[in-house]
Amino acid sequence: MDYIIEMLGITKRFPGILANDNVNLQLRAGEIHALLGENGAGKSTLMSILFGMYQPDGGVIKKNGVDVRITSPSDATRHGIGMVHQHFKLVHNFTVLQNIILGVETTKNGMLKMDDARRQVVELSKKYGLDIKPDALISDITVGMQQRTEILKMLYRENEILIFDEPTAVLIPQEINELMGIMKGLAAEGKSILFITHKLNEIKAVADRCTVLRGGKCIGTVDVESSSKESLSEMMVGRKVSLSVEKTESKPGKVIFEAKGLTVKNHVTGKNVVDNCTFTVREGEIVCIAGIDGNGQSELVQALTGLMQSDSGSMAVGGADITKVSIRDRDKYGMAHIPEDRHKHGLVLEYNLAYNLVLQSYYKKRFMQMGFLDFKSVYSYADRLIDMYDIRSGQGAKTITRSMSGGNQQKAIIAREIDRNPQFLIAVQPTRGLDVGAIEYIHKQLVLARDSGKGVLLVSLELDEVMSVSDRILVMFEGQLVADVDPQKVTYQELGLYMSGSKRDTAKGAENLGQ
Amino acid sequence: MGNKLKSFLAMNNQASLVASLMAIVAGLAAGFLVLLASNPGQALGGFSAIIGGGFENGKSLGQVLYFATPIIMTGLSVAFASRTGLFNIGASGQFIVGAYAAIVVGVKCSFLPATWVFCLLAAMVAGALWGSIPGLLKAYFNVNEVISCIMMNYIGMYLVNYAITLTVFDSLKNQSMRVANSANMPKLGMDLLFRDGASVSSANSGIFVAILFAVVIYILLEKTKFGFELKACGFNREAARYAGINEKTSIVMSMIIAGALAGVGGALLYLAGSGKGIDVVDVLAAEGFNGIPVALLALNNPIGVIFAGLFVSYLTVGGFNMQLYSFAPQVIEIIIAIIIYFSAFALVFKGLISKGAGKK
Repeated sequence: MDYIIEMLGITKRFPGILANDNVNLQLRAGEIHALLGENGAGKSTLMSILFGMYQPDGGVIKKNGVDVRITSPSDATRHGIGMVHQHFKLVHNFTVLQNIILGVETTKNGMLKMDDARRQVVELSKKYGLDIKPDALISDITVGMQQRTEILKMLYRENEILIFDEPTAVLIPQEINELMGIMKGLAAEGKSILFITHKLNEIKAVADRCTVLRGGKCIGTVDVESSSKESLSEMMVGRKVSLSVEKTESKPGKVIFEAKGLTVKNHVTGKNVVDNCTFTVREGEIVCIAGIDGNGQSELVQALTGLMQSDSGSMAVGGADITKVSIRDRDKYGMAHIPEDRHKHGLVLEYNLAYNLVLQSYYKKRFMQMGFLDFKSVYSYADRLIDMYDIRSGQGAKTITRSMSGGNQQKAIIAREIDRNPQFLIAVQPTRGLDVGAIEYIHKQLVLARDSGKGVLLVSLELDEVMSVSDRILVMFEGQLVADVDPQKVTYQELGLYMSGSKRDTAKGAENLGQ
Repeated sequence: MGNKLKSFLAMNNQASLVASLMAIVAGLAAGFLVLLASNPGQALGGFSAIIGGGFENGKSLGQVLYFATPIIMTGLSVAFASRTGLFNIGASGQFIVGAYAAIVVGVKCSFLPATWVFCLLAAMVAGALWGSIPGLLKAYFNVNEVISCIMMNYIGMYLVNYAITLTVFDSLKNQSMRVANSANMPKLGMDLLFRDGASVSSANSGIFVAILFAVVIYILLEKTKFGFELKACGFNREAARYAGINEKTSIVMSMIIAGALAGVGGALLYLAGSGKGIDVVDVLAAEGFNGIPVALLALNNPIGVIFAGLFVSYLTVGGFNMQLYSFAPQVIEIIIAIIIYFSAFALVFKGLISKGAGKK
């Protein structure tokens, strides 16, 4: 069998960490090859080496059986290697077409010749079924179309080897399906694809073979057809993991949180982004808000947590009205919040782990000594949390948070929020971008919080998560809560209908939800 | 390189220190090249004058301390604001307003015991007030602090010029009047210690005030709850808000403190008993802008600001000596500017060191 790219015995060291340890990866021409591993397993390092961003400390890269040295991304492009990064490299105030030709412009007498380029791009987009608007600005188009722009960038450069770095992390279910179709089409046309992911469903859906990395080591390469999801996840994590959430029947107690007619206006358009939402969360239950991204979930959470003022309506935690209470004081009423964007809201990345673990409680008596921070108690508290919640980092409590892996950053936030012992916990997409092991851990923590009598409000875009974790599902559509259903009784199809607005729970009516 | 050196460099503080030193060396080398270009014959002599001038005698050493004092204060002002995520380019305005307030108190309120203490307090309040305006605008109306600070610089300069002519004007010298003796910073015998024969320097206790402020700011930033909040806002305003920190208050407080520091700098320059007054000319106070390279060179570390301020002041004093080698004052200014300019590359060097130490 001919390999188009072989990476043999690749080793890469970073200070204090062996990111790749004698890793082998062989890519056949025309196949979709998945690279599976947890966060920090060395997937990105390996791909960065292939793409010329790092130099390996050992090992060789062969293309079509010939040794090559790839010293920069432009080198990689010359060898026909293209990459769609997880965070797109697009110029936002350029058009799609301008982005695609950026760096390889065709010119005549120093003037741009856009017509040829446009023809070529349109041809490519037709051939591979990549729907784009060549003249739309990047800032105006959807994430899915931005990704297709990135793919066209590679195709326009006539790349033969396409690397996709976690391409589905930013997409909604429909777009994921579309992308899978595109990838299959590309492979059918003879392109070879490396697909970095930790989502087993996607691997089963498109990949031919799969190489698994764990802790920087290559665990093996398997045929996807003949391996089960369970065996793949076991290879990835190194132990058996349960892909379903284990929990007992919920025993909801008294109402812990109540929102009445909550409304948030968009002050530019005047539209209600959160429209008259009324619901309750009781002790010992996980209530999930499902919906397609952008239907007002973020605004609802911001209103609940005080990051945004609500325009009308009220809310109460444990019977106390908190509608006008400040962010800090909501914490005193027993509300905790695992935010949607851990980098933007959840953490001060330049602070060390200990500082982040006391980010909301540093001012409390136990951490203060006459106006000065009591570092001894801050660090001993941090060490306790690190131990209890198994937060892994290079230098313990003193690790700068930016250098930690995404999963461990999220664990730190969860440790911090749960350890404050809230009555009411809001978790917004707590597993976004995390691997199977971390997801299992976080779901377990949410269920534990529920079982200890807390009320949990989970906001999630992932239907699997919604169905497996929650005890009750509210569906949000265009700012309104349109359904209140039992996950045991509802089907995926039905949820999809609610989420797309084609069905409403008319029997109860939005006003009476949760009562 | 030895492993010890590697691990030494890998530590953040050491890397910062080494980076600053490397930047200084690079700056000096660049300055020497310019000297060579402008007057090859005298280049070596002129260069040694700049390098050795500050140590020439007791007086020049005293002058180094004297000139360092105000730029340490403005450097602290800029560094402090940077740590909290704000660029205080308004130190010049805060500086001159503070200086004016100190002089008014020093001239009109000489009946107060230890008048200088009140002068400093007045300067602090005036500087704080001047800093608070861009702070309030930023916090409540999201006005970019750089723009409002620059405007406040001009308003401050013209207002002070006008106010001097109304209140404490010495029309012969076209500058502010001399303050009462009790308003001058205590000399503590430093003028006699740092002198060249009969010619005494302007050294005074102001330098200790500046060092004290640097230490206080360091403790404030690193050890207190308030500093924890300010830095969190500086690094990530959204996360600070999420954590329940009032980011508006933080911005305003940060600018108030930065303004107060620059204001005290203004007071310390003019309360030295050197006979220096505020000239009524339409020029922004240079000390305010010199605070920016001082802060950059110190990588915004308050303790580092002390040394960066001394270094810049040392160059200034050494520059005076270059006139002996028939360099025009303009060339001297250019040389000093080039050295400071290159010195501000400290961050670049820090990046290089971290990278180098990171490799195997």
